[in-house]
Amino acid sequence: MSLASAIRDRDVAELPSKRDEDWRWTDLRGLVRVLPEPSRPANPSSAGPFDALAGDVRVSTNGGTVTPVVIAAGETAAVALRFVSRGAGAHLAAVDVTVGAGARLVLLESYESDEASVAQVSLAITLASGAIVERIVLAQDDAEAVCVSYAQVVLGPSAKFHQTIVACGARRQRLETRVLHPGGGAELRLDGVYLLANKAHSDQTTVVTHTGTDGLTVQLTKGVVRDQARGVFQGKIVVDEGADRTDARMGHHALILSDRAEVDAKPELEIYADDVACAHGNTVGALDEDALFYARQRGMSQAEARSLLTEAFIGEVVDHIGHDGAREVVCAWVAERLRG
Amino acid sequence: MLSVSNLHASVDGKAILKGLSLDVPAGEVHAIMGPNGAGKSTLSYVLTGRDGYEVTGGSASLDGEDLLALAPDQRAARGVFLSFQYPLEIPGVPALTFIRTALNAQRRARGEAEITAPEFLKLARVKSADLKIDFEMLKRALNVGFSGGEKKRMEILQMAMLSPRFLILDETDSGLDIDALRIVSDGVNALRSPERAMLVITHYQRLLDYIKPDRVHVLAGGRIVASGGPELAHELEANGYERYEQAA
Ligand SMILES: Nc1ncnc2c1ncn2[C@@H]1O[C@H](COP(=O)(O)OP(=O)(O)OP(=O)(O)O)[C@@H](O)[C@H]1O
Ligand SMILES: [Mg+2]
Repeated sequence: MSLASAIRDRDVAELPSKRDEDWRWTDLRGLVRVLPEPSRPANPSSAGPFDALAGDVRVSTNGGTVTPVVIAAGETAAVALRFVSRGAGAHLAAVDVTVGAGARLVLLESYESDEASVAQVSLAITLASGAIVERIVLAQDDAEAVCVSYAQVVLGPSAKFHQTIVACGARRQRLETRVLHPGGGAELRLDGVYLLANKAHSDQTTVVTHTGTDGLTVQLTKGVVRDQARGVFQGKIVVDEGADRTDARMGHHALILSDRAEVDAKPELEIYADDVACAHGNTVGALDEDALFYARQRGMSQAEARSLLTEAFIGEVVDHIGHDGAREVVCAWVAERLRG
Repeated sequence: MLSVSNLHASVDGKAILKGLSLDVPAGEVHAIMGPNGAGKSTLSYVLTGRDGYEVTGGSASLDGEDLLALAPDQRAARGVFLSFQYPLEIPGVPALTFIRTALNAQRRARGEAEITAPEFLKLARVKSADLKIDFEMLKRALNVGFSGGEKKRMEILQMAMLSPRFLILDETDSGLDIDALRIVSDGVNALRSPERAMLVITHYQRLLDYIKPDRVHVLAGGRIVASGGPELAHELEANGYERYEQAA
C-alpha cells in the first residue's frame, strides 16, 4: 500500500487509508477517488529556490528521470534537487543519492507544484563511513496538490546526517524519512518546520531505527497552524536489542493560531535495549498572551507582535541549519509566510 | 497630562478598582503606595489596556484623549510606557531585535521615519552604558534567564530607548541591589521633563529618596484614599497602612 504503487498500477485501492495505522491522519484513499491521468513531460517554468547555492542543479519535472547523485569518497559538493510538478497529472520520481566515505554533501531539495497533481518522490540516501550530509527540504506545494516524499536513509559508521524539512502543506502532503542508524559514533539530527494556513495539510513522519550501540539522534519539529489547517507529526524512534547507550531526544512543538486548526502528534519510543537515554517532549498550544501584551505595550501591533513571536518560535529550528545560504533562503521563506 | 476619574475595573468578574480618581499633571512625578492586593498593578494594566482587565465605569485620559478607547499599541505610540512588576521572557527574540521592532512600530504609528540600523545601535550602546548593562546581553533573548534585577534594568533600558511621555513604574525597585537602584533611578530621573509625567508604584520610601515625587497617594481597596506631599511616604514607612485600610 503506497501512493507510489497506486500511481504505478493506476489503482486507487492501493492508496494508504486511515485504516493503516501510520496513515490514519493522512488518509489518501478517502481523498483521491480517481487518479488523474499520467502527467505529460514538461519543463520547469521558473527557477528553483536553491539554484544560486548549488553548482549542480538537477530537475525532475513531472516524474522525469534525474541521474543519481554520486559523491566520491573525500569529495565536497552542493547539489540542488528539484521535484517539479506542472499541471494536474499523476507521476512518480525516484533518485538515489550515494555519498562516499568521508565525503560531504549539502543536498538542497525542493518540491514545487502548481496545480492539483498527485505525485510521489522516493529517495534512497546512503552515507558511507564518515560521510557528512546536510539535507534541506523546502516543500512548497500547491494548495490542491497531493504529494508524498519518501526518503530512506542508511548511515554508515561515524556518518553525520542533518536534515531540516520546511513545509507549507498541500491538499495532502506527507514528508516521510526513515533512517537506519548503526550507532557507533554516527550522528543524526532530524528537524522540521511546518507553516500551515487555509486548508493545508502537512504530515512529517520519521522512523529512526538504532541498530548498534552509542548512537545519537536529536529531533526538533515545530509547527504553526492557522485557519482550518492540519499539521501531523509522527516521530518514532526504535532502539533495537543490544543498541545500548543510545542517546535519542525528540521534540515536537506546535502553535495553534485558530480554533479550527488542528495538530495531531504521535511521538513514539520503542526501546528494546536496557541502557539508553531517550526522551521526548510534545507541546501544542496557543501563543503566550502575556508575552503578546508585553510586546504590544512596547508599541507593536497585534499582527506584528504575533509574527515576531511566531518567527522566534520557528527560528529555533531554522537557526540550526548549518549551510548559511540555505538558512537565509529558509529564513526569508518563513518570514514571508508568517508575516503574510 | 493623565487624568483618571472614578475608575472602576474588574478582573474575572471581581471588582478591583472601585472609583479611583487621580490627576498627574505634566512635569510631575506621583508615587503610589499601598498594601499588597490593593489594585496598584491592576491600575497599571488598565491604563495600558491589558486583556481581561475590564473597565466597568469611569474614565482615563491622556492629554484629553480617551485612553481606554485605544489599543495597547496605540497607547504606547502616544507615549504610555509600563515598566512591568514582572517583566516577561521573550524566547528566541534578542533584546535588540525586540526593542528595535517596538521603536519602529511606535515611529510608524506616529508617522515618523524608522530609525536606521546604525542610529539604533548607537542609541543602544549609549543607553546601555548609562545603565551599566553589558551590551552583549542585548544579543540574548530578552529576559530569558536574566536575574530579577537584570530584568528590571532591561525595563529601564527599553524605557530610555523608547523615550515615552507617560511612565508607569510598577515596583521597579524590587529586586534591585543598592547600586542598581541608584543607576536605575538616575535613568528614570534623566527622563524627567516638563513634557513628561510619571507614576511610580513602590512599597519603599527608599526609592523615593532617589526619585523625588511631587505627590504621594495611598491606594487601598481599589481607591485613592489619601494624598499628600513627599512626607506622606515617610509617615507610611513609620506607621503602615492600617488606618488607610480601615478607611477603604
Ligand atoms: N486574574 C485574577 N482573578 C482574580 N483576582 C485577581 C486576578 N488578578 C488579580 N486579582 C486580584 O486583584 C487584586 C489586586 O491585585 P494587584 O496585582 O493589582 O495588587 P497590587 O496592589 O499590585 O499588589 P502588590 O503590592 O502585591 O503588587 C488582588 O486581590 C488580586 O488577587
Ligand atoms: Mg503589584
